[in-house]
Amino acid sequence: MYDAGKIIPGLLVFLGLITFPVWYNAKTGKTGYTPELEIPEGKCVASKTYMQSSHMDLLNDWRDRVVREGERYIEVDGKEYEMSLTNGCLECHTKKSEFCDKCHDYVGVKPYCWDCHLKREEDELWPSTEENSSN
Amino acid sequence: MAVDRRKFLKLAGLTALGASGSQCLDLLSGSEVLKAADHAVNTSKTRWAMVIDVKACSARGDCTRCMDVCHQVHAVPDIRLKNGEVDKQHEVKWLWKENFEKALPSQDHQFLGKGLKNLPVLVLCNHCDHPSCVRVCPTKATFRRHDGIVMMDYHRCIGCRYCVAACPYGSRSFNWSDPRPHIKAVDKNFPTRTKGVVEKCNFCAERLARRDPVTKKPLEPACVVACREVCNALVFGNLNDPSSDVRRVLKANYVIRRKPELGTNPEVYYIV
Repeated sequence: MYDAGKIIPGLLVFLGLITFPVWYNAKTGKTGYTPELEIPEGKCVASKTYMQSSHMDLLNDWRDRVVREGERYIEVDGKEYEMSLTNGCLECHTKKSEFCDKCHDYVGVKPYCWDCHLKREEDELWPSTEENSSN
Repeated sequence: MAVDRRKFLKLAGLTALGASGSQCLDLLSGSEVLKAADHAVNTSKTRWAMVIDVKACSARGDCTRCMDVCHQVHAVPDIRLKNGEVDKQHEVKWLWKENFEKALPSQDHQFLGKGLKNLPVLVLCNHCDHPSCVRVCPTKATFRRHDGIVMMDYHRCIGCRYCVAACPYGSRSFNWSDPRPHIKAVDKNFPTRTKGVVEKCNFCAERLARRDPVTKKPLEPACVVACREVCNALVFGNLNDPSSDVRRVLKANYVIRRKPELGTNPEVYYIV
């Protein structure tokens, strides 16, 4: 091999750099890191494993049923839930930053739900109009 | 009379053209599509409609109660220029007033009475039975529900504005910028829109889906409830229910509609 003295150390440096995140995390003890979510008490509309893997499908299904079919409520185990992000999910998971954002930030996805849908944290920014929504 | 080869071919060609031409015309006229739509309209259990009493409304002068409530509960942005005037190029409207001649152009004539000239008429989406916006939408973001409401699915809207061009009533507004900075108060029951989508009146579909705890009837649109407190100029109800309020009002009054000659079959009626 020509220039083995340069190529082999070069390759070693390259491998070292490309695997940097792995061994850096291993050294600082972060390899097993998973985001910690604020889980509220009570039952969700579906099992934890289903929600972990398929909450986006459930939300899409809800969206189609609400917008297209005009259905608004579902009943799970005798309890009625509103099929709504702001008035359904956020009823229990009150803090988006402590629930949704934790995993989304970790895996680097940016869902555009919140361009339109209201996270309740913005209630301070925009005064709520309870008297008009109640009738 | 002997038919030579040349003449025979000419005739055969003309016949073929005629036969295919009539079929093409049939297809282009869309008569089948309209027939199917009419069938759906007449067989559905619910068909929401509104009657606007222009006289009762105008008697209240500059009252804007229905408009204010509508725009508030639906988080409609109030976009203004730096000098505080409404930005006509970018404004978003669900429910507003238009001059009589503009709102009902087929009723306009040279000798229009003083009482009607420049009379403000309340206008909104007509929730047509044959909505032209729905026919042109390339993504089916706008569609007609079984109960007659012409809905927007903002998730699917790509902002092409074909519907804005197609609507003969100017009922649709486009969000040229992020509407949120222009929203005064947000109701948590209704999301805002985002930059690049078209929006319009939805006949308060979100309220119709809820039921009054006492009467068990669907909640009426916010504008109708707001108007009832002051003058009762708006009547809302199910056209396919013979005992409904709208049917009663339609039976008792002479009503007109906006541009009915276009064949869209609008579902907002006016008592003038």
